Amino acid sequence: MSAASTEDVVPITVEFSGGLEMLFSNERKHKLSIAAKDESGLNSNVAFLVRYLCDNLMKDPRKDLFVLDGTVCVVPEHVLSPALTIQRRPGILVLINDADWELEGEDKYEIQKGDNILFVSTLHGG
Amino acid sequence: MAPSICAVCQTNRALILRPKNHQKLCKPCFISVFEAEIHHTITTNSLFHRGERIAVGASGGKDSTVLASVLKTLNERYDYGVELILLSIDEGIKGYRDDSLETVKRNAKQYGMPLTILGYDELYGWTMDQVVEQVGKKGNCTYCGVFRRQALDRGAAKLGVRHVVTGHNADDVAETVLMNLLRGDLPRLSRTTSIVTSTPSIVPSSPETTSHTNIKRSKPLKYAYEKEIVLYAHHKNLDYFSTECLYSPEAFRGSARALIKNLERVRPSAILDVVRSGEDMAKLVPGGNDNCGNGCGGQATLVEEEEGGCGSSNGRTTGGEMASMEQQLVQSEAAAEGGLEVEITTAASKSPNPPDSDVIPLVTGKKGKKLKGPPHGTRKQPARQTMGQCARCGYLSSQDICKACVLLEGLNKNRPKNSIEVTYDIPEEASLNGNTVVNGVQQLSLGPD
Repeated sequence: MSAASTEDVVPITVEFSGGLEMLFSNERKHKLSIAAKDESGLNSNVAFLVRYLCDNLMKDPRKDLFVLDGTVCVVPEHVLSPALTIQRRPGILVLINDADWELEGEDKYEIQKGDNILFVSTLHGG
Repeated sequence: MAPSICAVCQTNRALILRPKNHQKLCKPCFISVFEAEIHHTITTNSLFHRGERIAVGASGGKDSTVLASVLKTLNERYDYGVELILLSIDEGIKGYRDDSLETVKRNAKQYGMPLTILGYDELYGWTMDQVVEQVGKKGNCTYCGVFRRQALDRGAAKLGVRHVVTGHNADDVAETVLMNLLRGDLPRLSRTTSIVTSTPSIVPSSPETTSHTNIKRSKPLKYAYEKEIVLYAHHKNLDYFSTECLYSPEAFRGSARALIKNLERVRPSAILDVVRSGEDMAKLVPGGNDNCGNGCGGQATLVEEEEGGCGSSNGRTTGGEMASMEQQLVQSEAAAEGGLEVEITTAASKSPNPPDSDVIPLVTGKKGKKLKGPPHGTRKQPARQTMGQCARCGYLSSQDICKACVLLEGLNKNRPKNSIEVTYDIPEEASLNGNTVVNGVQQLSLGPD
């Protein structure tokens, strides 16, 4: 990442709440710069971001609390269809700039400069 | 993707996709629709009446925080004329409740509602930390759930409040419906789908003395999707606390929960459909109290500790929830309420077993084991179940000894094991018949105060 020039990276804000922050060093808000292009040279989308978060940001070993199939995060190249194999745990809402990601194309949403992407767990009790 | 336009105002950009009807809404329209629907639930079910004092069972979590916020908003907007207070239960779990209670304290300030916090240690002489030390992490949710349910009622009674509202949402209810279906417990299904339940006293209490045996309970968020509750909290910037109970680390895997969530993914309306199916099935339960389904609010369903496990995060556990389910099955009276009881008890009356041991034969082994605790010699009663009071603590119970006292007895009996094996065996025997539970460490009097 460090070698990447500003054209190659997209600065974004990623937030975790509803208990998910526990998996990310107990920090709710993370300012990140992710690669503008994914492994296959396509514009980075949310599926790529999820893999990136698993591989880079998440210190907690319980990856399966964030994605359904933890092994996918480790070997992202093996993913044939991100929509099928990378899945967030059911019960995590994703808001892209405050909008439900279902309105934005879900994990195919291409990340834009300055986007705010919020992951909220709905499962945690009180 | 082209930005979607709000289906209601046709102006703003839509931010919310409603799970139940796929309607696309902007933030202000979503908030107003969400509130309007809760208002609709409250009015069509006549949940509140003017002048009522209502305690919001507040955990600091999203559901109860949203509930408190929405009720405050609606009470002001539509002039329900009710007085809202916050009631929190401190289970005594270090590092878990501390933070959420801080949240509740902030909520109390934010919403201008008086707050009462009641601890398990005050009520039962045991914190959950101590219970876990005693019984281990497996199955401790049973204790927590049983204690909590009574705790809310006791707390309400202490405050002179006759009505407790809880934050159970549509996902919770759907999950409970499925769980009761899966274990074939239609009577319980009938009760748990009711929006209003009550624990009426057999002896009407005088106006001066509030009895904790006639507390009304309702679930104003019964038809609200969890997803929308989270979104409402987010878009209203509500201050809530999320944490996983330290004693149910597997909570993420709650099986019924996962099933519900997966159903929602396939077809989002499934949650409300399951709730409605539950209500319809409840109507078919013989003698079910909830013949009016989700309708006539005047009729409250008699209920006794129907929600095991983690009260507000009902069913978010696997081990704990299943254990609590078993525990509930043990509480045989609950499974044989109303009309169904007539058939079962008459059929089983010749048997020395508890009347409804036939109801769910698959768990009789466990049941037999667990039933050792309470004396149940006087249970050969007429078929129709009578709700009386627990001989020990006075809480509403159809058995001589209520669930909490049975659990406490087990706890107190075993407590000395940690320190000295033999010494306390004898006093324990003596305590079986008294109103007072004696243990080596302390003496508890669980009077109805």
